[in-house]
Amino acid sequence: MPFGKVSTPVQWEEDGYTVTRTNSWSAPGDHPTGAGMKLYVKDGILEKVEGDPEHSILKGALPIRMLSLPEYVYNPDRVIYPMKRDPKKRGDNTAWERISWDEAYDMIVGKVKEYTEKFNSNSIITFVGTGREAGNWGPTISCRVFNSPNICYMQSGWSCYGPRMAVTSYVLGAPYPEVDYAAQFPDSYDDPRYTYPGCILLWGKEPLKSNPDGFWGHSLVDMMKKGTKFITVDPRLTFEAANSEFWLQPRPGTDTALAMAFLNVIINEELYDYDFVENWTFGFEEFTKRIQDMPPAKAAEICGVPEEKIIGAARFFAKSKPGAVQWGLAIDQNPNGVQLGECLIAIMAICGCIDVPGGNVMGAIDIGGLGSGYSDLDPQDKINEQIGVDEFPALVRTLQFTDPDSVLDQLESGAPFKLKMGFFTSANAIANPCNVPKRWENALNTLEFNVATDIFINPTISATCDLFLPVNTYAERDMYVATHYGAVGLWIGGIKKAITVGEAKSDVEILRTLGKKLRPELWQYDTDVEYINDQKLKTLGITMEELWEHGWWHVDYEYQKYAKGKLRADGLPGFMTPTGKIELYSTMIEAWGDDPMPYYKEPPTSPVSTPEYAAEYPLVLSTGARTWSYFHSEGRMVPKLREVEPNPLVDINPKDAKKYGIIDGDWVWLENSYGKCKMKASVQPGQKEGALAAQHGWWYPERDASAPELFGVYEVNVNNLTPYKTVGVLGFGAPYKCLMCKIYKA
Amino acid sequence: MSANALANQKYGLLIHYDFCTGCHSCEMACKKEYGLEQDQFGIKVAQYGPVQNSEKKWEFFYMPMLTDLCTLCAPRVAEGKLPTCVHHCQAKVMQYGTIDELAEQLKLTPKSALFAPKCNA
Repeated sequence: MPFGKVSTPVQWEEDGYTVTRTNSWSAPGDHPTGAGMKLYVKDGILEKVEGDPEHSILKGALPIRMLSLPEYVYNPDRVIYPMKRDPKKRGDNTAWERISWDEAYDMIVGKVKEYTEKFNSNSIITFVGTGREAGNWGPTISCRVFNSPNICYMQSGWSCYGPRMAVTSYVLGAPYPEVDYAAQFPDSYDDPRYTYPGCILLWGKEPLKSNPDGFWGHSLVDMMKKGTKFITVDPRLTFEAANSEFWLQPRPGTDTALAMAFLNVIINEELYDYDFVENWTFGFEEFTKRIQDMPPAKAAEICGVPEEKIIGAARFFAKSKPGAVQWGLAIDQNPNGVQLGECLIAIMAICGCIDVPGGNVMGAIDIGGLGSGYSDLDPQDKINEQIGVDEFPALVRTLQFTDPDSVLDQLESGAPFKLKMGFFTSANAIANPCNVPKRWENALNTLEFNVATDIFINPTISATCDLFLPVNTYAERDMYVATHYGAVGLWIGGIKKAITVGEAKSDVEILRTLGKKLRPELWQYDTDVEYINDQKLKTLGITMEELWEHGWWHVDYEYQKYAKGKLRADGLPGFMTPTGKIELYSTMIEAWGDDPMPYYKEPPTSPVSTPEYAAEYPLVLSTGARTWSYFHSEGRMVPKLREVEPNPLVDINPKDAKKYGIIDGDWVWLENSYGKCKMKASVQPGQKEGALAAQHGWWYPERDASAPELFGVYEVNVNNLTPYKTVGVLGFGAPYKCLMCKIYKA
Repeated sequence: MSANALANQKYGLLIHYDFCTGCHSCEMACKKEYGLEQDQFGIKVAQYGPVQNSEKKWEFFYMPMLTDLCTLCAPRVAEGKLPTCVHHCQAKVMQYGTIDELAEQLKLTPKSALFAPKCNA
């Protein structure tokens, strides 16, 4: 068993401190990359944290979100007791009153029973956030506790991770293929099986800041030092872009044309891996014909990238061995993103990147979906009743979540039936992922009973909720953390409780307790650890106790599993797709009703598709620019994080700034036909001319919490500018990264 | 490291700023270790660029600078630990050592800087 190599027990005494070894996840939020940490506790108080030098991936390093943990845990704004509020007083943040956990649980159980008996348990809907641990448990609490299939991630087109996971399941028959950063090996890069990538194609992603899903961002720097080259596709000049052999700066939203042109060069110049294409791909001939639609000269014109750069980069990548593709959120936040995803998997496949050392690895295990609760729906066919399944069957059935815009429709219309209760698990909807956020706020207020679990009162809770349940941080709970939520299993770390704060409880304790009261036959567990061991870790033959003892566990990894019959249920070589091959011609996408092969489509509004709109709103707007300090809408109340990133920024090219009379540091309005928001201009010579990049998730914890101010969320919310139900053919991908707007001084 | 060695040697940090990503971990680690106020830093990251040097090449780099508040983490070093900025640096671009050994190292690593903060005086 490849457990971690550690020299201490999970807890020990040092200089008057009790020290606990743990691995971060959430809350405070981060993606599940599991930074190794030591928590120093004196008299029950977490005084300081330190990176764990024995940690196999970070080796002692820590991002600032983890270093500032005590300021988050003991933040004066934190709420550490359950509270209730009269539903008539929603929006009045002074109307909360403290209650006991017993009263809180009784209120929830009473309402769930009432709605289940009078209506149908489907009238109870669970809202989840993204990235945080709580998102993992959304399906569990919805299906296994409330017996409702209606789980909702409130971002139009499910535009975060979902589209990429869907495309890979269709085309590759597996979860997201991750860049090989040696996370699976106890000796990290020193394992003799490992090879550094020759070239990484970094597409629409900034991993240094985001540490996305299951990838340690700064491993890119480790690789850079060892000679790995980079090609960066990004409208912004990131650190990664500045250090790349090729930096391609497309007009946001046109990347599918660019990726098709890459494939055009690689295929027409016969730079691909013949053996792999011959043995392991399906539909290469038709695909080759299709890709003729997009010669580099045509893509150059569409994307605003020089033709010779496209050709040069495509050649460079195809000739670098091994190559690896790191593909990001820009794929999800584009109605043409499914086609972009198809192209990027095709690039990985035909260039021989799939599941080779230093290429794109495929997880050897998958505990992501285990114990999720779908099979506990009673009756089982409730799963066919998820909201939006008729309009967007591919999205709903693939992700097993409701379609978000369809939930908005149903809340507003009350048809085909009225939703009654909302349960928000770490989901600050109106400040973060929602398109048309004001419409969502009004729609959420049609629900009779809203419960939120969180650390702080945020704008969504202040505006819409009746009951607040305080959850604890990862310093206060026992848990595990697995790369890619366990879906691309490379590494699993133990999270160990070091402190208790107020009456805050873990997400799992809350759902276990409600489960025992509502469906006791499914909830025999007395502790979180019992539950995790039984529902998640048992299949791997490991336990929480072993994770603590050894720090973490590395999946016993094997490359090229497709050649060894280790990917398919029938044990035959190949991939878990209908044809057993990587489908360049996707039979599943065809079956769901879209073109089986990639095609380019302009964004819904763009200088090309809607020239009249562009005359009034001339700049392309990308939202979701990442920061060092914050995880989505979290962290603005932490003083040392706020000092690093004090203001909401929008990046603008100097020529555009001059044109619109803006200087660096000016407060500006961004506005289009849907709405406007106020941010601070950051004039950046590396920003694409004609395009803006705005941060997301902002609200001002220092401002009035009550309506209508709601922490200033509507003044600063860039999603005021995002449209309703403007998605791709299968329902995936709203244009969060390719909107249009104008800019003017505030 | 003995107290005697500390007394007789001058110490510093070698920063290979070619690979500094500007992640602020050094600043934050230092501020937390010493409880520094807003606008007070023992180490602070400066930025150059992005500036376009040629058709193909942009220059864009960061450089952590040591201030007069820097003690080179004498209390930590005495316990056998690394200075907290070095320990927590995500890009692993900082090296602690004697000025003499770091100066040798400097000859081999372009785009590096050797800092001998005032606490050496």
